[in-house]
Amino acid sequence: MMNDNSIDHYRRRFLKNAGVTAASAVGGVQLINFANAKSDDQAVADSVRWGMLVDTSKCATDCTACVDSCNEEHGLELFDRPESDVQWIRKVELQNKSTGHQVSLPMLCQHCENPPCVDVCPTGASFKRDDGVVLVNKHTCIGCRYCVMACPYLARSFVHENLENQRSWSPRGKGTVESCNFCVHRVDKGEQPACVVGCQSDGHKALLFGDLNDPDSEISNRANTISSRELRADLSLNTAVRYEGL
Amino acid sequence: MICMTSELVTANNTGNIALGIDDQCVEPTDYMRRYHMDVLLHQRDETVLKGIRTKKHSLVGCINCHTKQDGHGQNIPINDEGQFCESCHTYAAVKIDCFQCHRSTPDIEVANDE
Amino acid sequence: MPPIRYSRVVGKSKSYFMFLFSLCALALSGLVAAHFMDTNGHHVTGMTNRVVWGLPHVFAIFLIVGASGCLNIASIGTVFGRQDYKPLGRLSALVSIALLIGGLCVLVLDLGRPDRLIIAMTHFNFKSIFAWNILLYVGFLLIVVVYLWFMMEPRMKIYSRKVGVFAFVWRFILTTGTGSIFGFLVARKSYDTAILAPLFIVLSLVIGSAIFILAHSAIMRFGERPLRVPLISKICKLLALFLCLLFYMTLVQHLSFSYATERHGVEKFILAEGGIYTFLFWGVQILIGTLLPLIVFLVPYFNRLSFLLMGCCMVLLGGFAQLYVIIIGGQAYPLEIFPGYIVEDGFFSHSIAAYVPTIPELFLGVGGIALVVILVMMVIRILPFVEESSSSSVH
Repeated sequence: MMNDNSIDHYRRRFLKNAGVTAASAVGGVQLINFANAKSDDQAVADSVRWGMLVDTSKCATDCTACVDSCNEEHGLELFDRPESDVQWIRKVELQNKSTGHQVSLPMLCQHCENPPCVDVCPTGASFKRDDGVVLVNKHTCIGCRYCVMACPYLARSFVHENLENQRSWSPRGKGTVESCNFCVHRVDKGEQPACVVGCQSDGHKALLFGDLNDPDSEISNRANTISSRELRADLSLNTAVRYEGL
Repeated sequence: MICMTSELVTANNTGNIALGIDDQCVEPTDYMRRYHMDVLLHQRDETVLKGIRTKKHSLVGCINCHTKQDGHGQNIPINDEGQFCESCHTYAAVKIDCFQCHRSTPDIEVANDE
Repeated sequence: MPPIRYSRVVGKSKSYFMFLFSLCALALSGLVAAHFMDTNGHHVTGMTNRVVWGLPHVFAIFLIVGASGCLNIASIGTVFGRQDYKPLGRLSALVSIALLIGGLCVLVLDLGRPDRLIIAMTHFNFKSIFAWNILLYVGFLLIVVVYLWFMMEPRMKIYSRKVGVFAFVWRFILTTGTGSIFGFLVARKSYDTAILAPLFIVLSLVIGSAIFILAHSAIMRFGERPLRVPLISKICKLLALFLCLLFYMTLVQHLSFSYATERHGVEKFILAEGGIYTFLFWGVQILIGTLLPLIVFLVPYFNRLSFLLMGCCMVLLGGFAQLYVIIIGGQAYPLEIFPGYIVEDGFFSHSIAAYVPTIPELFLGVGGIALVVILVMMVIRILPFVEESSSSSVH
């Protein structure tokens, strides 16, 4: 009986996924699966560099769709202790001191080409994948928090609590450091990161994700034609996340 | 003790079919008993460092197959007392570090939406 | 010159064992605190994602930096050949080792995953200052053990100067490494300055000398051996010189920070508006830790043992405060990611971070200090570390 259930379950899950893919194809929604998605047994390649372009003019002030999708996707539990709770992506409201111009934008790991967190990590647990995604290998993280000190964007969190029932695709645990991983488990399957999907489903489409190395990708084209900037450009880190309208 | 482990394996094949394996682990049982840690360690580095996500040797696969359920159809964490991982590891006095970060039951989606 | 005679310091009195017992209780409570933090997670401490290094790190770095400076007494004897310092060499090396072990224990027990210490010893990222420090600390321990052996073993004595020089150089590299943990943090306006490396070296000489004077005096006093007050007074004069140097380094650091407009915010925070940090800077670091001890050490009226020892205690308070201001004050001041903008987010990322240390953190740190004292007491109990009669070595 158990087995029947499992079969049913897997069948249902498969159909559900297939349905989503079909629907997105039909609806022309930008939930595109990348044409160049790699197969499971393929290693990530340095011919790709994943990046994100944030159009701040489309980012709504009170909207937290990206944050909510991220928390849901990675099962980020909050303990109502804002200063020690983890955050992989946060909404920031800015007002220019001299002009009064207001901007709303999401802050997340900027996936630097030359990440300070990777430089300072004593064990090499902080590392950059060949496709430019900056990750923490939690198997070798000793929880020294030096990377949290070194990150210019305050993008890293230390897990201050015991965790249970993590997502199987997003293992996380007490005493290690973590941060946005560009949803590698999704991207490796050719899907978009959860925050991008969340922003699109909410109708804002402020986040554009893609391969910065592919000159024909939508993100490359847009970055090529519209002015955007990286944060703390003075540090020459060449971030993979760029902001328009800031 | 080894008998006990085999019992556990045979008494519990939830999900075997879904993974396309019938009554047998991803490698011969003797091999797995001796080398499962190497298999897992290799897969771990392949996945984390290189993004290789083949299912055959994934820890999630182990958990999906080897988790037992209690009388109410709830999954029992695989590292609970007497469960698949814990029974052997306690006997061998080897601490398991996996479940500080990895969940110890099949995913919520897998477990609860039936 | 007659050979220096050393002997063991074997306490027998009730108060000796009471003292030792209290120290063990403190060290044990440090372990309990570490276990408490480890099982519950760091949310039981005052540390947050904004202030990731807290009181335990201040204690740890205080002890580690002190370890490097404490060995200076031995260096003066062996490397620079000052005869009157030679009888102090053994104790200097011993206290140095004990301080380093104590500091490292605190540091390791505060890790998120202290159980993975072996990973820190087997996986090295050579671009990380931290990784370098691990090698430097372990190397320092080995070198000082060899140094001690050569100082204590008559047949090896001829080589003690060589290893002494090596240890002397290693100390400079080690403390450069410790200072650079902060100095190389390019993202933070409160750090990111090369002067932190030499500043830490001088700070190590200050803290180490003061710790040594106190340890030496206490052992001589309670071990009922004659204490050479003129020598203590002489080391205090040297300590005064180190204090002036430290004051100079601090001055240059703050002058350069005050000059650059982009650092005005953090300067104003530490020097004027930082609350506890401003108080610690002016009240403890500058007044109690620098000016008062300078007066004590340099004005002849205060040239008495009790005053000198009090001066050393004040120096230690000042050094601790300085590390607290550097480590925690530096983190409390926010990162500037959006210059020119008023920033609002749910993470308080752009306001001053609050940090209140909790009891477990305090116990962990104090436990580290207790461990240092226990180690020293135990070793001088079983091996001859302390000179028996000081008159024989004075000439």
